[in-house]
Amino acid sequence: MSRLDPIRNFSIVAHIDHGKSTLADRILEVTQTLSRREMREQVLDSMELERERGITIKAQAVRVLWRGRQLNLIDTPGHVDFTYEVSRALQACEGALLVVDAAQGIEAQTLANAYLAIENDLEIVPVVNKIDLPQADPDAAAGEVAQLVGESPDRVLRISAKTGEGVEAVLDAIVERIPPPEGDPEAPPRALVFDSSYDQYRGVVAFVRMVDGRFTTRQPLRALAAGTLFEAEELGFFSPERSPTPTLEAGEVGYVVTGLKDVSRLRVGDTLTAQARPAAEPLPGYKDVKPTVFAGLFPTDSDEYPDLRDALEKLKLNDASLFYEPETSQALGFGFRCGFLGLLHMEIVRERLEREFDLDLLVTAPNVAYRVLTKANEELEVHNPSDMPREVELVEEPYIRATTIVPKDYVGSVMELSNERRGRFHHLEYLSEERVLLVFDLPLAEIVYDYYDQLKSRTRGYASFDYDVIGFEPGDLVRVDVLLAGDPVDALSLIVHRDGAYARGRALVDRLREEIPRQMFDVPIQAAIGSRIIARETIRARRKDVLAKCYGGDITRKRKLLERQKKGKKRMKQVGSVEVPQEAFLAVLNLDGERK
Amino acid sequence: MSAGARHLYVHLPFCAHRCGYCDFVTLVGRREGHGAYVDALLAELHFEQDVLADDVETLFLGGGTPTFTDPAELARLLAALPRAAEVTVEANPETVTPELAALLRTGGVTRVSLGVQSFRPELLAILERRAGPDVVRAAFYHLRDAGFDNISLDLVYGIPGQSAADLRHDLAEAIALGPEHLSCYELEAKPGTRFTHAHGDELARQADAMEGYFELVVETLVGAGYRWYETANFCRAGRRARHNLGYWHGEDYLGVGIGAVSTVGGRRWRNRASLGGYLGALAEGRLPPRDEEAVGPEVAHRERLMLGLRLDEPVPLAQVAGAVDGEALVRMERLGLAERRGGGLALTRRGRFLGGGVTAELMAESPAKSTI
Repeated sequence: MSRLDPIRNFSIVAHIDHGKSTLADRILEVTQTLSRREMREQVLDSMELERERGITIKAQAVRVLWRGRQLNLIDTPGHVDFTYEVSRALQACEGALLVVDAAQGIEAQTLANAYLAIENDLEIVPVVNKIDLPQADPDAAAGEVAQLVGESPDRVLRISAKTGEGVEAVLDAIVERIPPPEGDPEAPPRALVFDSSYDQYRGVVAFVRMVDGRFTTRQPLRALAAGTLFEAEELGFFSPERSPTPTLEAGEVGYVVTGLKDVSRLRVGDTLTAQARPAAEPLPGYKDVKPTVFAGLFPTDSDEYPDLRDALEKLKLNDASLFYEPETSQALGFGFRCGFLGLLHMEIVRERLEREFDLDLLVTAPNVAYRVLTKANEELEVHNPSDMPREVELVEEPYIRATTIVPKDYVGSVMELSNERRGRFHHLEYLSEERVLLVFDLPLAEIVYDYYDQLKSRTRGYASFDYDVIGFEPGDLVRVDVLLAGDPVDALSLIVHRDGAYARGRALVDRLREEIPRQMFDVPIQAAIGSRIIARETIRARRKDVLAKCYGGDITRKRKLLERQKKGKKRMKQVGSVEVPQEAFLAVLNLDGERK
Repeated sequence: MSAGARHLYVHLPFCAHRCGYCDFVTLVGRREGHGAYVDALLAELHFEQDVLADDVETLFLGGGTPTFTDPAELARLLAALPRAAEVTVEANPETVTPELAALLRTGGVTRVSLGVQSFRPELLAILERRAGPDVVRAAFYHLRDAGFDNISLDLVYGIPGQSAADLRHDLAEAIALGPEHLSCYELEAKPGTRFTHAHGDELARQADAMEGYFELVVETLVGAGYRWYETANFCRAGRRARHNLGYWHGEDYLGVGIGAVSTVGGRRWRNRASLGGYLGALAEGRLPPRDEEAVGPEVAHRERLMLGLRLDEPVPLAQVAGAVDGEALVRMERLGLAERRGGGLALTRRGRFLGGGVTAELMAESPAKSTI
């Protein structure tokens, strides 16, 4: 038996709501890491937002003891946007519990995460959860999971994380089936950074899996990819509180307090080693994750620009995948162009900015990153439609492979939606007699607009959906500009496929006509491709706006009324001579709701 | 202001009935209390004799329904008030009898403002007005017979259910009477009034159609030879309402009676609306309860801008120094809504139709932001 034999490192992978967090809670309880009384529901999801949305954003690791073994549970983010983070967390493990809801069976995310786990050579322990539910069909669910991971259905554990039934068997299976870590305790130290967080007093805290060798407190360390040097101010693990230890040994999972003030200097996937005795090779798999979805974030009140900048800086401390750079829009003033890993990531960042930093934001319509070859043979990456050159040789857009699982009655609806969104059918497979898996390749830009909502409404909420970016492909894409009273409005530019350009231009113009109040003069609204106008509407000037009467008795009141009116105008964005309410900029976001 | 206010407003709050859309300080009935109220008015005036100029230029009796006041008390009041070049009394048509017309004439009244509102009986019913069109015409001729050569008619447009044809009819009827002056107001449905409660939905429904009504009013009256001298006021040559011009020119005025407002020497005060409090204080020889505010030069200039731009004559720039947002002015000029002429600032014809919005634009947020 090797020195690492007492250690087991594992993750739980599951679709949202299939009980991952409840199982984690129960494991803490059964192993007496935490008593039921001490336990808040779902300890591992520490952020308020996660709790509300039932998803996990930041991975954490908790050490529990079970029958003399040290079990490290590495929590993984539960959403498609964080695939890279999930893959790093999985790389830190030797095994994974694959949890499936006994009533729901396999979902798209289950598959995505199971494939990730298989790619990382993890030993998979299939678990069917919620067997206590009246509508549970554990045999069907077990059949699906067994087929997915190539196991016999008898090896699928059947539990109820809610009641605790079968949880001890899960812990035993972790010990029996998942192999102990392999690694050389005497080699130069190497530790995989699978997550990090920022503590305002202690700086960046890295979550690591020691692969080889050992770290000791106060040891000078180095991040191989970033080249960052620092000292291990404190080492330790979570149980679930922070528990300092003098050393972290090969095979163990824990944290390193780095004292670094900038989270971007220690990226997820990087390898930590000792400055004095550095490892020759970094651990495999490090990747500089690139944002795929971009949007402009502008403060509603331009005076809040410095607050927004500070807030983004602070968020970035905890979220290395967040990208931002200053952007100046003629229409919206000073703000930031931000890059996100996906739509959910964008939504989370926006909510955190508004909630935790109390900012009022205007978020422009999201777009994807485009690769452009200009007429002058220059290669560009365009993150903002208004930066797209009007004359291009070639534009490439990101494509995704989208997996949708639906009851068989909705196959037609999903096909139809995918066709409307320029999807290419890849394959179809029956998971069971009732449930079908559909795979399409689609331009990412097509799901950036309300694809999820459409999918949900056309399948009555039964569809589960997941995707992976598979690369860039050329597309016949055009830039549609919007002109208000003859002035182009940069924040409303769109990049769309030529076939859909007319309909989108029309819808946008119609929508703006509803959203922009009448002004003191006629306001033509035009949508244009280059110099060609493809849609036009006019907001007719107001004909009357007077205070009916004003005599000696009501001068004060009428003056205050006008003063308020003047203040109210400050909240409008002045675009050329036109006053545009902030909501109008969101109009582009909701166009697709009317497209069907 | 050593010279004191040259404009005096007297509030007579009594009415036979409170109309649903009204938000003035009014009291229904109480005829027995009219004498005590007139006593209190005169007592308040006595208190304020120092702020009133020796030569009062205009006197205005507003309401309420001043002509609903007990005739003997009204006569007593008119006799006790200072003489003035223009003495206006507001009257409801149903109160105007030959006797009342004579009483006013004898009392020194030079001008009567008649609250007509509409000539359509069904629209008057919606406004809860008692006088039908025949009563209006009779009242008008009683006043003419008594020798009044300066009569103003009040009209309201935007009454729930009022069509453009109804409005044309009202304007034609009014013009046919040949008044010297007309005031035309869009009906303001104040939130919370009984009227808004009953007719709010209909008003919202016809909001779009009503946009053209203001244009119709202006075009019709100007076409009939009236001067559109203020946003809502029209007159024959030389017949502007001098009392109201005083407000619009930013001159000092003294107001007496419940709810009345005064602005004298940079100070503005408003008497509380409670009749009991007013009568009680003055009976005991005290000033009535009031709310006060200072009207400093900055505020005065903003008000001067707001009021001055309602007129067809330019506001002298010197009187609105610090109140005008220079950038906005350039924008409004470019849009053809405002113009500088003769050392002053005025709205163009189209600008006057959008006067509220244009004025809000032009008003500087603070004197520091003003560039003219």
